[in-house]
Amino acid sequence: MDLSFFVNQALTGLASASSLFLVASGLTLIFGVSRIVNFAHGSMFMLGAYAAATVYGPIVSALGPAIGPWLAMLAAAVAVGLIGVVVEVLLLRRLYHAPHMLQILATFGIVLIVQDAVVLIWGYDQIVGPRIPGLRGAVTIFGQRFPQYELFMLFIGPVVFAGLWLLLHRTRWGTLVRAATRDREMADILGVDQAKLFTTVFFLGAALAGLAGGLQWPREPANIYLDTRVILEAFVVTVIGGLGSIGGALLASIIIGLLQAFGILLFPKSTLVLVFAVMAVVLMVRPWGLLGRPEPQAVSDLAETKTAPPAHRYAAHAFAVALAILLVLPLFAPDYVVKLATQAIIFALVAFSLNFIVATGGILSFGHAAFFGLGAYAAAIAVKSHGASTGLALLAAPVLAGLVALGVGWFIVRRTGIYLAMLTLAFAQILWSVAFQWVEFTGGDNGIVGVYMPGWASQTGAYYYLTLAFCGIAVALIWRIMFAPFGYTLRAGRDSALRCDAIGIDVRRHQVLAFALAGSAAGVAGGFFTFLKGGVDPSLLSMDISADALIMSLLGGVQTVVGPLVGGAAFTFLKAYIMPVTDQWRLVLGIVIIVLVLAFPRGIVGFINARSGWFGGAKSEAPVASTGEKLA
Amino acid sequence: MADAMLSVRGLNAHYGRAHILHDVELHLARGEVVALLGRNGAGKSTIMKSIMGLLPRRRGRIEFHGRDVGPLRPYQISRLGLAYVPEERRIFAGLTVLENLEVGRRAGEGSADPWTPERLFALFPNLGERRRADGARLSGGEQQMLTVARALMGNPQAILLDEPSEGLAPIIVEQMANAVKALKAAGLSILLSEQNLYFAHQVSDRAYVVDRGRIRYEGRLDAIMADENIRRAHLAV
Repeated sequence: MDLSFFVNQALTGLASASSLFLVASGLTLIFGVSRIVNFAHGSMFMLGAYAAATVYGPIVSALGPAIGPWLAMLAAAVAVGLIGVVVEVLLLRRLYHAPHMLQILATFGIVLIVQDAVVLIWGYDQIVGPRIPGLRGAVTIFGQRFPQYELFMLFIGPVVFAGLWLLLHRTRWGTLVRAATRDREMADILGVDQAKLFTTVFFLGAALAGLAGGLQWPREPANIYLDTRVILEAFVVTVIGGLGSIGGALLASIIIGLLQAFGILLFPKSTLVLVFAVMAVVLMVRPWGLLGRPEPQAVSDLAETKTAPPAHRYAAHAFAVALAILLVLPLFAPDYVVKLATQAIIFALVAFSLNFIVATGGILSFGHAAFFGLGAYAAAIAVKSHGASTGLALLAAPVLAGLVALGVGWFIVRRTGIYLAMLTLAFAQILWSVAFQWVEFTGGDNGIVGVYMPGWASQTGAYYYLTLAFCGIAVALIWRIMFAPFGYTLRAGRDSALRCDAIGIDVRRHQVLAFALAGSAAGVAGGFFTFLKGGVDPSLLSMDISADALIMSLLGGVQTVVGPLVGGAAFTFLKAYIMPVTDQWRLVLGIVIIVLVLAFPRGIVGFINARSGWFGGAKSEAPVASTGEKLA
Repeated sequence: MADAMLSVRGLNAHYGRAHILHDVELHLARGEVVALLGRNGAGKSTIMKSIMGLLPRRRGRIEFHGRDVGPLRPYQISRLGLAYVPEERRIFAGLTVLENLEVGRRAGEGSADPWTPERLFALFPNLGERRRADGARLSGGEQQMLTVARALMGNPQAILLDEPSEGLAPIIVEQMANAVKALKAAGLSILLSEQNLYFAHQVSDRAYVVDRGRIRYEGRLDAIMADENIRRAHLAV
């Protein structure tokens, strides 16, 4: 690697860092004051690119090539800023006092809605950007040609950083934002109208993402995958830099930009893994990121959730009826429904095991797909590459998922709250990119196909019973553990880790074991899913599956024991029946999530329970429903 | 009390399932300094937080200038001219002394002579010397002065001072007492909570004795100081 090449590569990395900083600074600004981890921030970036694509032509033809392009970018930024305001005022403002899980899911709902909205408005085809007049050429640096536009990008990051710094340190608005970032209740006491302040912060944050999207458009065509890629990179940057720190975002953007520029030379296939690995290492050494501050909130979202066992005799009746239906279903239902029911059972276990660590363990995981997918891949690879029997493959699934969960768990329980959730997401993304990029082993994008049960078990009905039996055992086991001393200890650790420490309980050890148990159970589900579908692909490890699992819990009722089972089954059937009739499944799902979060945060079982008390717990208790406490 | 600036009647408050305040009634007249006396955990701070709308579950009627502030958010109550200085001080770390004051700045209604940082530095000279220092790096006494000064920047007509002398060196306590007297002289109404009887006696016109979430006694400080029974029953540790 000679010097000129090195310099060129570094400049390329820094130009990307600039773009990344624009997005991450908005994300970290929003998190700072609102404490909301905004998944929809990547969507704002994507909307910025499409908005620029829409207004560019008309504005440039009206105002000429000299100022037209820049005004178009600014117009796109302002438009996206206003969309951010709409999202804040209509949705997020109602959730400032809600648990993280509901906030994250709500912003994920926005992600889904925007994805379908973009397709509806602009179509599936990507829109190639223009070459900006005046910046079409290249400059020669150490004998290598470097595009002028890239050079321009390189400067925009520092300029925006300087502008933000002045705004935050030299204006009254900035002083109020910094004060609210430190202690928003105290700002409230001093007469600062937070609702107004938050709205302006959301405008600025979204506008920065929009600006980044607009400026990205000449470098990369506007397309429907921008949001996911950007949000993950922006998360990594804000977490490495320290949530809420603008300076940290700049530093981390530079690190990640350079890492990607040079990493691609060293490990052409594994830049994603590299990025997430750096994040994991940084968090090991500096738990709050490079320039972050310790988060005061260490108490779980779901503290003092009382997951009492269903005690009422109606509950027993309901279970008997449900079990009877499950047992006779294959005798009369058509094959399609039985297959769907098999899938429903599998996802019921996924949601149930996730809810075990979230509600009972107080560990908010946004990466449960990792263990579901691991189980699925373990089973498929065992059969395809190692010629293992199906029995062995189904055993390998929970063992591998459980072992990895044990290792991941050991690592993540050293962190709390949002940092923990981000780490679980990071691990799932690492696995996803491994599955995607390690083609020889995992089949890459195509995955592994042709993995079926042999003999009698290949019949739909037989496989249904097999799945029901093993997933049922896993559920029963976790259920038993929930109400064993181990489960009570977990809950105690969730509600007050400090007091548990004081009486000699090793909270982390319990959390790690719970995490491994849940991972293993998700592995069981994954193994059965492989043989149901006859194969695996990387989407099983994707963020969508992790989100689906959380949505299932929410749908059924986070604070109930049976809720996630009901939610997993209901979600599977709803999806199967709604998807064929609409092309906008994501739009529907996004709206469903937002309605759930705003109107029914207790879910189906929680809702029934609040009226009847059948499924355990006190009727009047509804901590999750604290979303009703509005800011305005 | 017809000319009460702040009136609280039938105030009940809860933390979770615990019923903390029971039918609290108290009044603060214009220009008056009133102390809430009581032991740790008696409910003094809870009374103040309830008045400011910081507790989600409270019942009763709280009027400021005859206006029901029950449904209002803390920032709205603050903008009516009622300031609150929390016991924990809650200085904004990462913001300088001047910036902390800036957060509190708000034009009060009809205040002909609004507070400025310079006037406040005259009242609390130590702060003036550290105007560009990070609020988190101040000493306990300086932080206490800053939190009071910050509240004054909103030009309030009444101020709730939670434990202004707590944890301070005697010389700082003396300065704080002088500041409270100066504020009274400037026409402010002050409700302060205290465990330090002598501090309260120096600055207050009268006092309420709070014990286990109820107002047990109301009267002049001299009378409370003189009454061995009240002191033993509700104040002595």
